[in-house]
Order: sequence, then structure tokens, then C-alpha cells
Amino acid sequence: MTDLAAPIAAAVPAGRKLAETGQWALIFRRFRRHRLAYASAFVVLGIYLVALFAEFVAPFSANTYNARYTYGPPQPLQFFGRDAGGELRFMYVNGYKMSFDPVALKRSFVVDQNSVNPVVFFARGEPYHLFGLIPWDRHLIGPADPSQPMYLWGADRLGRDVLSRTIHGARISMSIGLVGVAISLFLGLLLGGMSGYYGGWIDEVVQRSIDFLKSIPTIPLWMGLAAAVPANMDPLLVYLWITIILSLIGWTDLARVVRGRFLSLRTEDFVLAARLDGCSKQRVIWRHMVPSFTSHIVASVTLAIPSMILAETALSFLGIGLKDPVVSWGVLLKDAQSILALTTAPWLLAPGAAVVVAVLALNFLGDGIRDAADPYA
Amino acid sequence: MLRYVLRRLVYTFATLAAVSVVAFLVIQLPPGDFLTSFSAKFAEQGGALDSDALTALKLRYGLDQPWYVQYWLWISGILFRGDFGESFEWNKPVSELMWDRFGMTVLLSGITLIVTWIVALPIGIYSAVRRYSWLDYVVTFLGFLGLAVPSFLLALALMYVFSRYFGMSVSGLFSPAYVNAEWSLAKVGDLAMHLWLPVFVLATHGTAALIRVMRANLIDELYKPYVQTARANGLGEMELLFKYPVRVALNPFISTIGWVLPNLVSGAIVTSVVMSLPTAGPLLLSALLAQDMYLAGSFILMLSALTVIGTLISDLLLAWLDPRVRYA
Repeated sequence: MTDLAAPIAAAVPAGRKLAETGQWALIFRRFRRHRLAYASAFVVLGIYLVALFAEFVAPFSANTYNARYTYGPPQPLQFFGRDAGGELRFMYVNGYKMSFDPVALKRSFVVDQNSVNPVVFFARGEPYHLFGLIPWDRHLIGPADPSQPMYLWGADRLGRDVLSRTIHGARISMSIGLVGVAISLFLGLLLGGMSGYYGGWIDEVVQRSIDFLKSIPTIPLWMGLAAAVPANMDPLLVYLWITIILSLIGWTDLARVVRGRFLSLRTEDFVLAARLDGCSKQRVIWRHMVPSFTSHIVASVTLAIPSMILAETALSFLGIGLKDPVVSWGVLLKDAQSILALTTAPWLLAPGAAVVVAVLALNFLGDGIRDAADPYA
Repeated sequence: MLRYVLRRLVYTFATLAAVSVVAFLVIQLPPGDFLTSFSAKFAEQGGALDSDALTALKLRYGLDQPWYVQYWLWISGILFRGDFGESFEWNKPVSELMWDRFGMTVLLSGITLIVTWIVALPIGIYSAVRRYSWLDYVVTFLGFLGLAVPSFLLALALMYVFSRYFGMSVSGLFSPAYVNAEWSLAKVGDLAMHLWLPVFVLATHGTAALIRVMRANLIDELYKPYVQTARANGLGEMELLFKYPVRVALNPFISTIGWVLPNLVSGAIVTSVVMSLPTAGPLLLSALLAQDMYLAGSFILMLSALTVIGTLISDLLLAWLDPRVRYA
């Protein structure tokens, strides 16, 4: 017992006894020692904040276009340079030099080292409504002269800013994970809990259904279901449908976790004690059993979000998930589908980087929570 | 053992039946029936379907009857006559279109599965035995990365790199000269030259997942008392490792075929669309987009059947390998 308690005791500050420290505090302590997961928590938080304040963070709106700058290459942000007037600028981008190839009938852009477009924080730009309510026209970063181009990640086929679109896309892509997981969690808790608590034929039916759903390759099934969503449906409804379709498989993992926990807890002494004390079934479940596996559920939920995000991306990429007026990472990546578009504008793959970062961070976070979930292990 | 096998077989048949119902539902999902879209398609091309042909089709698919009759007509056609219905987009029987594509999917998935195993097994073992060594860290990091990168993104990035910097065209499975050629040794060689990139893309995800599973399983086993006992009895480290803990850790490894295969088939579809491989993926996608539902439903049915049977094989393998499963 002593050697088991030692590492936990070491984490408790002097003056407080281990026994007095609550379980959640212990979990948090353990979690904080997992540095990568701790850092990832901030990354995830950051991504969700960006998604929440997308209109403010993005330099432009998702649909602002400028046909002059079709497939304009990225203009990297530069620091400390002199503009044409010889004035020192803190932050700027170089403008474009355009040339026209009369034979290939193609325009090509070169970033012009001599032209300097100053970039400022809290730039005045297109007006928008923050959260759909507060009218404002400031953007976190933007060109000092709004008529000048600033494509930090390049421009797409219609001259829209890839960076701004990626930021706006975070809203749909990241929230589809949350909403989908919420639906999965509801189903998983309900069916997994029933399966684990009652056992018997209910358990058998739920388990066989899970086996069945897991044995179907997900993408063909999703494709079949998503293709049946009418093309002229309201984008918001499509979003909801796609989320429900994704949750159809998602709940199975959560149900398994919940069931496993219920089964192992059912025979624990404290549950027996509660039952002998005459607690009602509801009280045994909600007061005694659920709190002891909440942390495991949190971990499973966190690990389920990235697979939802990846699934949405794959479906929209194929053109049967969300579609164009809606901006999500999958929809953006659809533009990069052909090798032709890729060779002209490799920066169209940039939203993919956002997917990878978000999924990596969520995976690390979930792993950390899972490791910390049982502070006595 | 026999009882176990029988039980698994019964489950498999039940699952296959359920899968076929789901595939049929997918066929039924789009608004309107097959016939309306068929005649609409026909009218679009300028011809009109005469009423005799319409009645014939209606009779064949039982379109004026309740859904379970339609289902029975459809599934009995597949089971007894190998008739998967008609693809109205191609004006050909589905079975003619499907088998080539389906065979390629099986080939691609099979090779990828084998590659996944060959790579993941030794790396997983090394990672567990030399835990926290630098190679373990590298592998763990790459594993996380492999899980986070969607396969189509990896395919796109690789295609870009190869065409931009090496001037290679890497889409498809054959060089233009061999696409319509008869099977020959040269064609197989050509296939092998094209196959490695899709296999690499597809194997990345599964390998990353399996390395993590193998590592976790083996670490669980490595510190158990029986290992200590064997060591105390003077067994050499290598012999000990492969004779006991690795064998135990392998069990979940084999049972994972069950979930690697559905993932693999799913990944293969998206990747095939990107790399325009002649597998089920692109045809399924175009069938779905054109609402060519008999073709799409047949693909969904066959792909699901493939994974269900793969899972059965993995269950049987596991039972053969581990007596505890047999007698449970």
C-alpha cells in the first residue's frame, strides 16, 4: 500500500492530506504531468476559440472573392522592411507581380519583393456580426489598406483567401465532432448502460447489434446513406443528417466502454453495500456507479471526436457530405482533389494541415485523460 | 472447437442476412423507385421506354409489390443466379461491372493487410521491449501522425510530390499500355510497379494502429510473474520473449483483423477515388452520385460481406491459436 500511495502522495502539496483530495483534483494532477496532453489541451482550446470567433480572427469572410487573384500564391508575412517611401514597416506582405502568358493563355503570379503592403493588428475590414449579434468591422489581422491583397495561405479558384476559409471551416468541422459525439454519447450511455446493468437478453441484443454495426465497412455505408440526403435540402439540415449518420457507428465504441465499466462495477463491494443499504436502483446507478467511471467516459468521448472529424472530412471530400456554400475542411479539400489543381496551387492542401493538427491534439488530449482517468492505478 | 465453429458460422450467416437487408435499404433510400429514375434517364437521352419494357422491368423487380417481396426477388436473384440487377447508367448487368473491380479491391486490401502485419509486428515488439528508447519515441510519434492524417490527404500529398519533383504519374494501377491488355507476366510486373504507393498510403493508418496495440499488449505481458519465472529458470531473453509474452500478445493482434479489415476497405475507397485506382471505390462513388442504386447496393453488399467473412476467419484463427477462446 505504501509504495502504491507514494507517487500520489508526492503530487499532493504539503499541508493537505491525500485522503482529503478529491478524485477530480487527483485526476487533474496526474493529467498535468502528462506534458504533451496538457499542451494539447491548450491547442484544442485554441482551435475552439478560433472557431468561436472566426469572423474576428479571419482577415476576410469565407466568401469574399476577387477574380483578379485567382490561384494567387501565398504571401508570407514579413517583418521589418522598408516600403517605397523608405519608411520602416513592422509587419507587411509583398504584393503580386502578374504576368500573362499569351501562348498558354495563363496568368502567373510572382510575389513582388519591391512592393510592400503593411499589415496591422485589429485592422479595419469587412463589417460582420460577431455571434450574429454584435456589429463590428475589426479583424485580428489584416492589410492596413483593405483594397490591397493579403493571402497568407494563398488564394483558391475564385480568389478567396484559403486562410480565412480554413478558419471559418473550423466552425463546422470542429462542431460536427462535438454534436456527433453528443448524439453518440446519449445512445452509448443508454444502450451500453442497459446492456451492462440488466445483462441477459438485453445485453445479448445490444452486443449483437454492435457486432453487426462494427462489421460493416463504415465509408460505403455512410456513402450510401449520405447519398440519399436530398441535394436541395437546407444546409443546416444536411449538417444534422450527416452528424446523425456518423453517430450511427460512433455510439458503438462508447456503449462498449460503458457496458464494460458497468459489468466490472456491478460486483464491487461499494455497490453491494449501497444496495444493501436500501438505495433505489436509480440512486445506485447515478450516485454510486456513474461517478466512478465518468473520467473514462470523458476520455472515450475525447478520443471519439477526432474520428468524427476525419469522417466528415472524408465524406465532404468525396462530395457526398457537406457541399459548397457550407465551408468545412472537407469541402475545402475537395478543391484540391485533382492533381491538376494541385500542381497549380499546392497551397489548397493547407486546410489538411488544420485537420491533422486538430486530430493530433485531440488524440493526445484523449490519451492523456485516459491515462489520468484512474488516479489510483 | 466444433461447437465454437458452428456458433460462429451461425452468427456470420445472421450478420450476412442483416447486411443484405441494409444494402437493400440503401437501394430503396433515394426518393422514387429504380424505374422512375431509369425511365427519366432514358427520356433524357431522347428515347422513350415503351410500356412493354416498363411492365417487364416492373415484373422482374416486383416494383408494385411490398418491399419484402422486392427484397426477396433481389436477394434470391443474387444467391441462386448470381444476378445483381441492372446498372441503368452503364446499361449492363451489375455482375459484369463488378467482379473485376471487386477482385482488385480484395487484392489491394489483402496485400495491404499483409504489409501492415509485417511492418507493425516487429516494430511493436521492439517498441515494447525497448520502451522509452529514442526509437520508441520516434515510432510512437509517427504512429500518432499516421492516425491523424486522413489517407486521402496522404495520397494527395504523395501524388503532388511525385509529379512535381520526380515527374512521375502515380495514379491508376497500370501503365496506359497495359490497362486493356490480357493478363501476362509483364502486366503483373507493371501492376507491382504501381501497387506500392497505394499500399503504402493504405497501410499507414492500420500499421500505426497495430503498432500501438502490439506495444500496449506486450507491455502488459512483459512484467507478469510467468515471465519472471521463465527468466529465473535461465531461459535466454530472445527465446523467452518469443516463446511466451509475444505469443500471448499476438492474440488481440489476430482478433484485430476484424476491425482492421472494415477500416481498410473504407480507406481503400477514398484513396482509390483520389488515385483513380480500378477498385470498387470510384465506381461505387459514381454509382451513388448518379443514383445507380443496384450497382451501389451490390457494392455495399459485397464489401460488407468481405469484411464479415474476414472477421469470421480472424475469429476462427484466434480460436485455433488460443484454447481459452474455444472453451469460453
